Amino acid sequence: MAQTRPQATDQDISQALGERVRQATAEGSPLRIVGGDTKAFYGRAVNGEPLSTREHRGITTYDPVELIVSVRSGTPLAELEATLAENSQILGCEPPHFGTNATVGGMVATGLSGPRRPWAGSVRDFVLGIRMITHEGRQQRFGGEVMKNVAGYDLSRLMVGAQGTLGLITEVSLKVLPKPGASHSLRLEMPLAEAQARLAEWGRQPLPITAAAWHAGALYLRLEGGPSSVAATRERLGGDELDAEFWTSLREHTLEFFSGEDSRALWRLSLPHNTPSLALDGVAEADLLHDWAGTQRWLRSDLDADTLREACARAGGHATCLRSRQGPQADPFMPLEPVVAKYHRNLKTQLDPQGIFNPGRLYAER
Amino acid sequence: MNILYDERLDGELPQIDKAEVLTDLQQSAPGLTLLHREEDLRPFECDGLSAYRVLPMLVALPETLEQVESLMKRCHALGVPVVTRGAGTGLSGGALPLEKGVLLVMSRFNRILDVDPDARIARLQPGVRNLAISEAAAPYGLYYAPDPSSQIACSIGGNVAENAGGVHCLKYGLTVHNVMKVEVITIEGERMTLGSEALDAPGLDLLALFTGSEGMLGVITEITVKLLPKPETAKVLMASFDDVEKAGRAVGDIIAAGIIPGGLEMMDKLAIRAAEDFVKAGYPVDAEAILLCELDGVEADVDDDCATVRTVLEKAGATGIQQARNEAERATFWAGRKNAFPAVGRMSPDYYCMDGTIPRRELPRVLKGIADFSNEYGLKVANVFHAGDGNMHPLILFDANQPGELEKAEELGGKILELCVEVGGSITGEHGVGREKINQMCAQFDPGELTTFHAIKAAFDPKRLLNPGKNIPTLARCAEFGAMHVHNNQLPHPELPRF
Repeated sequence: MAQTRPQATDQDISQALGERVRQATAEGSPLRIVGGDTKAFYGRAVNGEPLSTREHRGITTYDPVELIVSVRSGTPLAELEATLAENSQILGCEPPHFGTNATVGGMVATGLSGPRRPWAGSVRDFVLGIRMITHEGRQQRFGGEVMKNVAGYDLSRLMVGAQGTLGLITEVSLKVLPKPGASHSLRLEMPLAEAQARLAEWGRQPLPITAAAWHAGALYLRLEGGPSSVAATRERLGGDELDAEFWTSLREHTLEFFSGEDSRALWRLSLPHNTPSLALDGVAEADLLHDWAGTQRWLRSDLDADTLREACARAGGHATCLRSRQGPQADPFMPLEPVVAKYHRNLKTQLDPQGIFNPGRLYAER
Repeated sequence: MNILYDERLDGELPQIDKAEVLTDLQQSAPGLTLLHREEDLRPFECDGLSAYRVLPMLVALPETLEQVESLMKRCHALGVPVVTRGAGTGLSGGALPLEKGVLLVMSRFNRILDVDPDARIARLQPGVRNLAISEAAAPYGLYYAPDPSSQIACSIGGNVAENAGGVHCLKYGLTVHNVMKVEVITIEGERMTLGSEALDAPGLDLLALFTGSEGMLGVITEITVKLLPKPETAKVLMASFDDVEKAGRAVGDIIAAGIIPGGLEMMDKLAIRAAEDFVKAGYPVDAEAILLCELDGVEADVDDDCATVRTVLEKAGATGIQQARNEAERATFWAGRKNAFPAVGRMSPDYYCMDGTIPRRELPRVLKGIADFSNEYGLKVANVFHAGDGNMHPLILFDANQPGELEKAEELGGKILELCVEVGGSITGEHGVGREKINQMCAQFDPGELTTFHAIKAAFDPKRLLNPGKNIPTLARCAEFGAMHVHNNQLPHPELPRF
C-alpha cells in the first residue's frame, strides 16, 4: 500500500502560500521564490519580495512498488534521496544539489540534471505531475501519480526549468528508478579525439554506461546495470578503477576544475552528440571538461558571449553562463529566436499577467 | 450522447463561404492540392474513431512548407478553423473534421530526411510512419523506441501530437521522452523551432508543451527523434493465474525485485480466449489472467532477470510459467497480445476501446468496478492492460445495429474513465482526449484548471482556429454535462465567456 513516512518537520502551508500570492497579485508586487537558495546563481537576479517554500515540506505519497513519489516542493532533496535509498531506489536524473539546503522545488524549477542524464533522462523526463499555485492564488493540479497521462496540455513538464516564472510549484510527482544492481567506475588514459570516437561507437551498442566524462587526457566512465553485464563490460574496457565519488564531485562542481580560485567565467555548452571540438580562439583543452559523453561541456573562459554562442549555435547547441567575474549576468541564457520569444511573452502574460512570479529570471522583461 | 461539435457548447464558429475560401486558397497557395467535392472529401470524414464522421469543408494536401505557411496565413486572416491530420489512425477523434473547417492532411510530408548513426538521431517529416523510422535505423543497430500498436500505419507527426505510447513505455518512455526537436508553423504562419539536437534548449520547455497538444497550438512540420541501440536480446515469460488479483500483485512484486521489464502486459479471461481463438498463440484458455513479461538488454543480465522473475511469479502463485524458447515462440506469445483488439472484434460486431490509467495498486478495485458496470449495462468487457505502466484498455463489446447499444457502450466507458480518475488516475494514457473524452475532461479537471488550459491555448491561438473543440472542453460544456462542481448554484468564473 501507499506509504508515507511522516516526519516531525512535515507540513502543508499551501493555503498560506496561496494567500501570499493572492496578495502579491492584488498589489502587483513581484515575488522572488526561494527554496534552499542553492541555485540562485543560475539565472538573472530577481527583484521581489522573497517567498520561501522551505516550510512546505514532506513526502505525501510514496509506494516503492509504483515507482512514484509525491513530495512537497520545500522538502530537502537530501531527505527525499535518503528515503528513496532506504528502498533501493534513486532519482534517475541524478540532480545536483549545490548545497545542503537544496529543495525538490529548486530541482524542478531549474531542471538541472546530473551525469546520468544522457542515458536515464532529465528532471523533466521524470516529472509525472505537479501541484501549483496560479497567479490568482488558486491550487491546481496537472498530470498525476500515474506513468502515462495525456489528458490536457503538459503543464507539469512545462514548469520544469521555467524557474518559477509561470507559477509557484507546491508539489511534484516523480518517477523513480531501482538502484542499479552493480556499479563500477573506471578511468582510461586517452586523448580527446579518441575518446570522442570511442563514445560514438559505444553509443550505438547496448553497453551499461551511465556516465562518461573527459578531462585532461583521461576518459572517466561509470558502468551500471546487472552484475553480469557490468562485470563483462569492465573486463572488456579495462582501465583503472575510479572512486565513484568522482561523479558526485563532478555533479556538485567540487572538482578542481570548477574552483572559485579561477576567476574566469564558468560556461555550460550544450551540444549535440558527436560534436567535434569547437575551434575557439584562446581556449585550451584544459579549459574544458566534457560531461554527458560530450553533450554538456563546461568551459572556463572570458571569451565574449556572442562569439561563444555563435560557435555553439553553428554546432546546433547553446551556451549558458553560470558564473562570471562581474557577478550576476545580464543574459546568462542564450537569447531566443524572435518568434519563440514572442510566444514566451504570450505565455507569461497569460499565466502571470501581473508579472509577480520571478519576473526577469530567465530573460529581461519576462 | 452525441460528441459532434456543438456550437452552442463548444463555441461559435465563423460563418464562411466555402467557394470564397476555396478561391482564396487557390490563389494564395499556388500548386496546393485542395479537395472540395463531396466524393473526394468522403475518405477524410473520420479518423480511427470511426463511429463519428463529419465531412470537412475542404481538404488541403500540401507538399511544401510554403504551402502550409500560406494556408495558415490565409485561414488566420479569414478566420477559418484548421484541423490537422496525419495518418488518421488516432482512436480519440483528434482529427475529426469540422464542417466549417479545413482539414490539413500532412501525409505528403513522408520523407526521412536524415539518419545520423553517430549522433543517434533521425530527422523526419511528419508523415513518416512510426515503423519506417526503426526500419531506417536498423542497419546501424539502432531503433526508435515508442511503438504504438498501430505503428505500421500511424505517422510520427500524429505520434507527437498525441504523445503516443506503446508496450515499452515503462522502460523507454512515451513520445515526449524520445523527441528532441520539432519545427512548427503557427496559426499566424510563422516558422518556429522548439527543442534542439542538443539534450536541452534555452527558455521554456515548449517542446514538452507541444507534445500531446493534439494540434491545438501549432502544426508540426518536422521532427527530430532520438534513436537507441537495439537491445542485445529480448526474452519473454508468460505466466498464468487463476485469479486476476494475484496477477496484479505479481506485477508489483516484479518491480519490487528491482526489475524494469521492457514490456509487461496483462490480459483477462475474455481477452485470452479471444486472442487464442484468433491467432493460436498457445495461451492457457482456462486461466483467469495471464502476464507477459519481456526482459531486454545485455544477454547475461536478461538471463539473470528471467531467473529472478520466474521465482517472483512462482511465489506470487502463478499456475503456470512458460519462457519462449526462441524468437519464433516469442513472436507468437506477442502476436496474441498485439492482435487482442481485432481478436475481440471477431467476438462482437463492434467494440469500444478505453484508455484509462490508474496507480497499479488500484487494479483489483478498478477491475471489480468494471465487472460491476459490465453487469449493470449488460455489455461484456474484455481487459487488456499495459500492466507495467498502469494503462488499461478495457474493450467494451456491443452491437451498433442494436438501437441504443452505442450510447450504452459510451456511457459504460465514461463510467470506467470516471472510476480511473476517482482512484487517482487519468482518462487517457496514450490515445488522447480528442473529441471522444471531451466530457470526461470535466471529471478530471476543475474549472480553474480548465481555465489555465484555455490560457495556454490563448497564448498560441487566441482566435481558437486550431482544432477547435478538441482536447479541452469549454466551461459551458462541463456545466451542461453536470460533471462540474457547482457551488451555491453558481458557476465559477461567471465573468468568462460561455461559448
